[in-house]
Parts: sequence; structure tokens; C-alpha cells
Amino acid sequence: MYYLEINHLRKSFGDLEVLSDISLTLEQGKVLAIIGPSGSGKSTLLRCATYLERMDGGDLTYLGEKAVNMDEKGNSVYAKPAKLKEIQQNFGLVFQNFNLFPHFSVIKNIMHPLIKVQKKSKEEAKEIARKLLEKMGLSEKENSYPYQLSGGQQQRVSIARALALNPKVLFFDEPTSALDPELTGEILKVIRELASEHMTMVIVTHEMNFAKNVADYVIFMDKGVIVEEGSPDQIFTSDNPRTKEFLGKFD
Amino acid sequence: MNFETMISQMTGGMTETIGIFAWTLVFSLPFGLLIAFGRMSKYKWLSTIVKLYISIMRGTPLMLQLLVVFFGPYYLFRISMGGSWRFISIIIGFTLNYGAYFAEIFRSGIESMPIGQYEAAKLLGYSRIQTFFMIIFPQVIKRILPAMANEIITLVKDTSLAFSIAYMEMFTIAKQIAAANTTFVPFVIAAVFYYVFNLLVAGVIGLMEKKLNYYH
Repeated sequence: MYYLEINHLRKSFGDLEVLSDISLTLEQGKVLAIIGPSGSGKSTLLRCATYLERMDGGDLTYLGEKAVNMDEKGNSVYAKPAKLKEIQQNFGLVFQNFNLFPHFSVIKNIMHPLIKVQKKSKEEAKEIARKLLEKMGLSEKENSYPYQLSGGQQQRVSIARALALNPKVLFFDEPTSALDPELTGEILKVIRELASEHMTMVIVTHEMNFAKNVADYVIFMDKGVIVEEGSPDQIFTSDNPRTKEFLGKFD
Repeated sequence: MNFETMISQMTGGMTETIGIFAWTLVFSLPFGLLIAFGRMSKYKWLSTIVKLYISIMRGTPLMLQLLVVFFGPYYLFRISMGGSWRFISIIIGFTLNYGAYFAEIFRSGIESMPIGQYEAAKLLGYSRIQTFFMIIFPQVIKRILPAMANEIITLVKDTSLAFSIAYMEMFTIAKQIAAANTTFVPFVIAAVFYYVFNLLVAGVIGLMEKKLNYYH
């Protein structure tokens, strides 16, 4: 059973088709990196997979549960809201610009959804939050507010917040694009650690070396289609002219 | 008439003025939030009606609106309202008017919230109501406090418009005493009263702003 499966995903904004016929699968414990130039549709793909954008066509399945079905014309048919919500518990998303709640302290950012959404007790929530903050090296920051933290620290809090809900699949939407190189390093280290713990992850990234070293599978997208996909070795030594052109810019 | 008598006659009016102020706030703040939702509704017919409502409330004098509410039941339906109608109609009139202004302030605050806050809340599994009241609204309050302060200070002074339907609030009494005794003193007392009242209001809102300063 795949942890994530997408078939024939289509998405348009008005007349502009931003994704056409995207299919992918992801097995438990694997890391998928999606690379490609800006505007290639990789973030939109992630947003469709996490319900932030509505898919026009294609289906979406988490752990065998269909969140979005396809009718005979290939158009997307969404499951009932209750079902969608249930399936939603399988995934989390780490945003490019963190999106922490500024009026909550660091620990409350992590505890609040546990208490209000997952109905855990305050004690249990605190225990989970403290454990994750320790893992992120932020134990001494639990009572700080997001504005008091560096970008890298904020991103680590947002990763902890997503992990707290115990998702099966964790998405990262360009998690280091708002950070300087030094802070980028600390986030990549965290993601690398998660990979070593066999967290199932989908990472949209511009960090080519990172994709090469951490991902089990790489998808290269351009203009809304998958140009090439395969193991990091295959992609980074590809003969495909478009892939070579794109990767060449990073050497 | 000596000073003490004046003060004691005006004190009762001050209580009435504070009553108008307080009740108007109690009703117009939630009403304003409701109007703001209507204004932002995805249903075009609803947002259009609400937009028109706000436009009328902001585009006509509050004094005229008070008169319409007070005399409306009689002129429109030939209904004679009871003795407490004078006060109730004032609260209705002020609430309808101030609700419209507050609605625009709420709307500006809500619309200024970054979309990422909604998206993060959605991904974490918050319901729409939880998202609004736990994540969005507390941040909106911080953003709109300065604009609210302006409006609430104006309300303190606008309570004097209740004189237009001869409600015995402080300003109405001040005018009567001034006319009967040909003296300027009641107006000075009234001015001091409004000024001190507004100092207090500004102080309280200042404290709230300070309290919300714990985050950016």
C-alpha cells in the first residue's frame, strides 16, 4: 500500500493549466524531492495534495483511503467533508514562511492543536511538545514568542508543530527559501534526521545537493508536467537536455 | 442656582450618558462583527445589501437616524410606544449606526490577516469556527485597537445627540440649566465631564494595547 498516491492530477487557474497529468506514488519511509524552476507547478502540486487548492482532475489517495476520486471523464470528485477531515490526519505541511501563530508562545503553538483538534489532555500535549522541542534543540525557547526567534528557529518550531500531530506523510513547501544559507543548514539537518528515522516526506526544494543526498526519489517538473523522474543518481546524471539545462545552473 | 445644585442635577444625566455609551458598545460591537461577516459574504446579494446599509448609516446624520428610530413606529405604523421607548430607541439608533462603523473596522482587520494563518490552521485540523475565534480574531483585535479607540472616543461625544429626542442625558440637562439660569457654567461642567470620560476611555484602550504588546 502506498502512503501517497496521485493519478492524472490536473489543475488550472482560469485558462492557465498549471498542472497536467501528474501521477506519483510514495512508499512508507521514503523521501521524495520535487525540483524544478519557479512556476513549474511544484508548489501547486503540494497544495493540491494538502487540500489547499482544489484539483480539477485526477485522484488523491493516502494509505489506501481515497480523498479524491476520479469520474469517468477524469474529473476530480472529492470525498465527503468528514471523510476528508479523517484522511487529513495522515498528512502535515511545513510552509515556506512558517506561518506560526504569532500570538501563541512557542510551546502553545505546538500544544494548542493537540488540545483543541486532537482533544488530548493538557499534560499529554505538554509532554509531546517538550519532547519535540528538545529534539529540535529549542527546549530553552518554549516560552518565547515567534517574533523573538530567528527564521531557522521559527521553521524548527513549525516542523515540531507539524510532527506533534503525528502525520504519516509530511510535506515541505520550500522550507528553506525564506532563510539565509546558515539557517538553511540547520533546517536541512533536521529534515535529514527525520529521513534517517524513516519519516515519509515530500519536499519541494531548490537545494539540489540536499535533494541529491537525502531523497530516495526525485521528480523534475517544468511547465506543469513531470519532465523526468527517478533515483537521484539518474536525475543528476541525466541526458535529458531540459534536466541538464536546469541542473547546470546549480553547478 | 448655585454650583452644587447644578452638579447634583447634572449627575443624574451623567449616569444616563454612561448608560447610553455602555449599552451601545455592548450591542454594537457584536452587531458590527455580524455586519462585517455580511459585508465579506461570498453571497453577492448579501454583501451588496450590507454594503448599502453601511453606506446609508455612514452617509446620513446620526441625529436624523435617532429621530427616525424614535418616531418611526408612530409615523409608519401608528403605534404608540411605551415610556421606556425613548431610551430603547436611542440604543437601537446608536447600535445601528455604530455597528456600521465598527463593521468596517472589523473588516479591515480581518482582511489584513495573512492567508497563511488560515492555511496553517486548516492543515492543523482546526474547524472554521475555531480558526476564526482562536487564531484570527485575537490577532485582529490587536490590529484594530487604534481605529477602535478613535470610534469609541467619538461615541462618548456623540451620546450628546440624544438631546435631539429630549432624552435626559447630561447634555440635555446642561442645556436646560444654561437656558433657565442664563449661565455658561453647565457647559463648562459638561466639557470637563466629556473630557475626563474620554481620558478614561483612552487610558483603558491604551492599557489593552499595552497588554497585547507581548507579541508582534
